[in-house]
Amino acid sequence: MSIFVDKNTRLLVQGITGRDGSFHAKQMIEYGTQVVGGVTPGKGGQKFEEKVPIFNTVAEAVKQTGANATVIYVPPMFAADAMMEAADARIPFIVCITEGVPVLDMTRVYLYVREKGSRLLGPNCPGLISPGESKVGIIPGRICTPGPIGLVSRSGTLTYEVVYQMTRAKMGQTTCVGIGGDPINGTNFIDCLEAFEKDAKTTAVVMIGEIGGTDEQDAAKFVKEKMTKPVVGFIAGQTAPPGRRMGHAGAIISGSAGTAAEKMQAFEENGVGVAKRPIDVVDLLKRAMR
Amino acid sequence: MNIHEYQAKEIFRKHGIPIPPGEIAITAEEAESIAMSYGGTVVVKAQVHAGGRGKAGGVKLAKTPEEARKVARDILKLKIKDLPVQKVLVTPAADIATEAYAGIIVDRASKKAVFMVSPAGGIDIEEVAAKTPDKILRHAVDPRYGLQGFEAMQLGFFLYKDVKQARAAAKILQQLYAAFVASGASLAEINPLVTTPTGEVIALDAKMVVDDNELDRLPEIAALRDESSEERSEVAAREANLTFIKLDGNVGCVVNGAGLAMATMDLVKYYGGEPANFLDIGGSSNPEKVVNALRIITSDPNVKAILFNIFGGITRTDDVANGIVTAIKENPLKVPLVIRLTGTNEEIALKILTENGLSAMTDMDEAVKKAVALATGSKVA
Repeated sequence: MSIFVDKNTRLLVQGITGRDGSFHAKQMIEYGTQVVGGVTPGKGGQKFEEKVPIFNTVAEAVKQTGANATVIYVPPMFAADAMMEAADARIPFIVCITEGVPVLDMTRVYLYVREKGSRLLGPNCPGLISPGESKVGIIPGRICTPGPIGLVSRSGTLTYEVVYQMTRAKMGQTTCVGIGGDPINGTNFIDCLEAFEKDAKTTAVVMIGEIGGTDEQDAAKFVKEKMTKPVVGFIAGQTAPPGRRMGHAGAIISGSAGTAAEKMQAFEENGVGVAKRPIDVVDLLKRAMR
Repeated sequence: MNIHEYQAKEIFRKHGIPIPPGEIAITAEEAESIAMSYGGTVVVKAQVHAGGRGKAGGVKLAKTPEEARKVARDILKLKIKDLPVQKVLVTPAADIATEAYAGIIVDRASKKAVFMVSPAGGIDIEEVAAKTPDKILRHAVDPRYGLQGFEAMQLGFFLYKDVKQARAAAKILQQLYAAFVASGASLAEINPLVTTPTGEVIALDAKMVVDDNELDRLPEIAALRDESSEERSEVAAREANLTFIKLDGNVGCVVNGAGLAMATMDLVKYYGGEPANFLDIGGSSNPEKVVNALRIITSDPNVKAILFNIFGGITRTDDVANGIVTAIKENPLKVPLVIRLTGTNEEIALKILTENGLSAMTDMDEAVKKAVALATGSKVA
């Protein structure tokens, strides 16, 4: 078992002929993900790596392949359109890897995708992997191993670091999800925690946060109120200096400075084990699962 | 990207928001002659990318042109949050009856642009928000429709009982929303929004932060960047496509990815050291980036040891290794170097380093401990 993607996931790659899209499409195919089609306007009818059919539009690709998920590697100025095109084609699960999507674009995309009933992961995220079943995005497959732990993170390479240390300690994963660090993203910590709570095979969850915003604090409350499985966490940015903040609106809107100390305190108060170093996640998990 | 008050005011004016005139001076003498041209009392305001200007002595009243020269001279000598003041805005002092606050920001929680207005504006607005939250009214804007007239009026009536003033405020808020969207902003703020004794509603201050991701499609806004008011090393890093923030410690850090970079800094501190910087070389690597990163870090005389922490995913560790070798050949290091790398093409990277007389570690904690020991001169634990 796993969350969001598994061996039955039939994946499209939007931007499959681009530099990043083609590189990662190959990696995903090698990992065993079912890549059923690609989309690049103007290259419809061609084949990627002589096997994967390419289409001009997402709607056509869905009709021909029965895809139920898509991953987006298009340049930032076109990413909003690509996400909406995928939602319009009723793809239930949309992952956007693209970094640098303007946040005002995302205010429109978020509403659009939700109204069409799709789930969006990202933008500016590494995607997700259910080890041994399916990899969607850019998380290196070889650092993961199947097992009972769910992982959700706002970061990219820090996720790899923690997964790597877990795998070295023989603690495998059901699914590792990178939700991305942008101010507006489609899937948040709570969405993933909820899914891990429901997933029969997941027995414990790791949550990796960063400074900024209040998502981690909200997630910690959710853990206390709604979860039966143990959750441990790490927050990056304990030594980050206070910024030369402009204006007051940021502090007024959230009533919080979003510091690591605040978040770690919220973890502690709500029964989420707090790792001081990334490596401590492993010990906390061992203790929590005993 | 932050823009200056005078630049934000220019944008607001273009959208019709009533703002008193003002001119920029870079010397005390210029400030004096601007004050003379206005006559009467003026305000001299530091133009710097930092909050808390007033409290830092960066905003002063001057009753005469001579006084304007004197306060401008003092303000131009100031450093506010480490940033030197290089420009002042000179503007006629307004008669103020009341001070309100109006701001708009992209809100993570509601995933929309949210207006916040308060009749209790001024420099203590954050305290107002914390202690008397009922004095703040929020309104999330549906991006498909923008700020409608009736919505703007609800906000206007929250600010002012007088219908004329409420209408004037509503108009300003719609203009502020238009300026916000057209500039690709993530924050726009008027604090204070004042009423004059004759009942006019005008904006006395302006702040705007632009979403960096918008700059490619908004060249006019991108042109507002004032590099002279930024840290030199931060400008160099941006030009090299690196994210860099200078800090006060002595362990220089080169990392791929912001989360891992922060975690590395945290670990430096955990083992008793102090990071000299935050530096993220980003996802797709090339050797050139590493060369630039090393150049920027070694230009800081405080750095006593350099730590690379690279977890190869998209980043190929052999690219990083090649960059390190090239950089050192061009410019031999005067401080010790600790390299931790693992992930994509790790075997090739190790071979490149060994052939060039360098070595690398694979464990993050061990590498950080070693770098801290080298920087502080203590023994490696």
